[in-house]
Amino acid sequence: MHPAPSIIFFTVFSGLGFGMLAFLGLGKPDVSGFTAFIFFAIAYALAVGGLISSTFHLGNPQRALKAFSQWRTSWLSREGCLAVATLIVMGLYAIGVIFFNTRIGLLGLLGAILCVCTVLGTSMIYTQIKTVPRWHHWTTPLVFLSYALTGGAFLTGQVQVAAAGLVTIGVLQILAWVIGDKRFAGSGSTIESATGLGTIGKTRMFEAPHSAKNYLMKEMVHVVGRKHARNLRIIGLVLLSLLPWALLMFFPFSHLLALVAILAHIAGALTTRWLFFAEAEHTVGLYYGQRG
Amino acid sequence: MTTLPAQTEKKLGLVIDLDTCVGCHACVVSCKGWNTENYGAALSDQNAYGKDPSGTFLNRVHSYEVQPETGAAQTIHFPKSCLHCEDAPCVTVCPTGASYKRVEDGIVLVNESDCIGCGLCAWACPYGARELDQAEGVMKKCTLCVDRIYNENLPEEDRQPACVRTCPAGARHFGDLGDETSDVSQLVKERGGFDLMPEQGTKPVNKYLPPRPKDEQIDILAPLLEPVAAEPTGFLGWLDKTLEKL
Repeated sequence: MHPAPSIIFFTVFSGLGFGMLAFLGLGKPDVSGFTAFIFFAIAYALAVGGLISSTFHLGNPQRALKAFSQWRTSWLSREGCLAVATLIVMGLYAIGVIFFNTRIGLLGLLGAILCVCTVLGTSMIYTQIKTVPRWHHWTTPLVFLSYALTGGAFLTGQVQVAAAGLVTIGVLQILAWVIGDKRFAGSGSTIESATGLGTIGKTRMFEAPHSAKNYLMKEMVHVVGRKHARNLRIIGLVLLSLLPWALLMFFPFSHLLALVAILAHIAGALTTRWLFFAEAEHTVGLYYGQRG
Repeated sequence: MTTLPAQTEKKLGLVIDLDTCVGCHACVVSCKGWNTENYGAALSDQNAYGKDPSGTFLNRVHSYEVQPETGAAQTIHFPKSCLHCEDAPCVTVCPTGASYKRVEDGIVLVNESDCIGCGLCAWACPYGARELDQAEGVMKKCTLCVDRIYNENLPEEDRQPACVRTCPAGARHFGDLGDETSDVSQLVKERGGFDLMPEQGTKPVNKYLPPRPKDEQIDILAPLLEPVAAEPTGFLGWLDKTLEKL
């Protein structure tokens, strides 16, 4: 699949923002007044910034409001509704914490649960896509959730939770890659099933339907970026999980060190999220003699 | 609403004969022509006369080479457009309700004034039947020429999809695949019509007819043209012997 920067930013940063809001909703850290304002401002900037970024790849973003209407069937619509509900609930909670030094625990808890649901909603947009067997698996929601909660713990200064999350994230990401690499072959879709010509014999693409690339190939048959996939996986995993974990565990805590660890973690998350798209193979690639 | 109908009154669709298709791309051209001049946003081209031309098409013809276990390889031309699936995954993922499947005839359509151009339906389609128009930013797909098939302003013989009407080989057939007695249903039954990627569970309405088995003997005159004399005689025999000696 085409790794569109707007979608990579959307999934990574809105995930971080909602992860952060989840911890703030649970009163971790228990802050109020101006300090609380700074925390909430960062969380909202990440969550809302990510959501706005997602509209950059739309053909007609002026009609984006219509996307809240089909929550009965569409995960994209559900994710939008959940995101707005979360931002409203956490907004009310934030007003209490910032201006009235009052923490309404139940409201915060509801907000935290909604944060988790929103991140799961984001992940389901990809998990539901059966045509991309790598995504259509239970590892996808787990990976998305672990990214959001680990990043959220990191940004709210929950060092112990973050350290545990960094290990979890590393294990889940490796698991997702190992399983994901076998998913397309396991889906049963081949050029023979795609064309129905397997009953005659081995099929191969003889001539493309057009002389240049088209939308389908640009969007769903992205093979160029996979050249360096193995190296990028290693770089991504080190930045995402190993390096920040080592910095948290083996060095005395300092704010500068924490900043370096967070930046490394985010750079790693952007790298692995790029791979999440670039390595995803779509069945339409079969018609072009290429596996998505 | 993006909920799929439990069942549709008719199942209008195409039957495409892979035995007859000659790969002329006339259906591609007529489709682009009709659907650019009529219903909805035009099918735009980008850089049409430049180095890297591309554009929106609702129907494309691929060509494949199939190698049987014995005998010569076969070239098969393979037109592909929306299959108007009964269980259309493109419809249910749509966040705005722009995509829908009609209860009366099963045609899958896009209401372009509701489409935000998110592209999720194109991702959900296993077949690559939907293309986002790069000029209009809305999703385009085969409408089964919904503005032809019911159009009483057209002569009756023209009330079928443009691709079917134009096919010079008669490789494309249009009709109600939900009616077992219809010509298209009979054709599918007789010729063993099949679904594309049945493992995806989309239950396509459009069917493909397999290429017929090739004749073993390609040329009926070939046996009559076998050499009559294995060894040359006369002048040629003398020449052959003389040259051997040299």
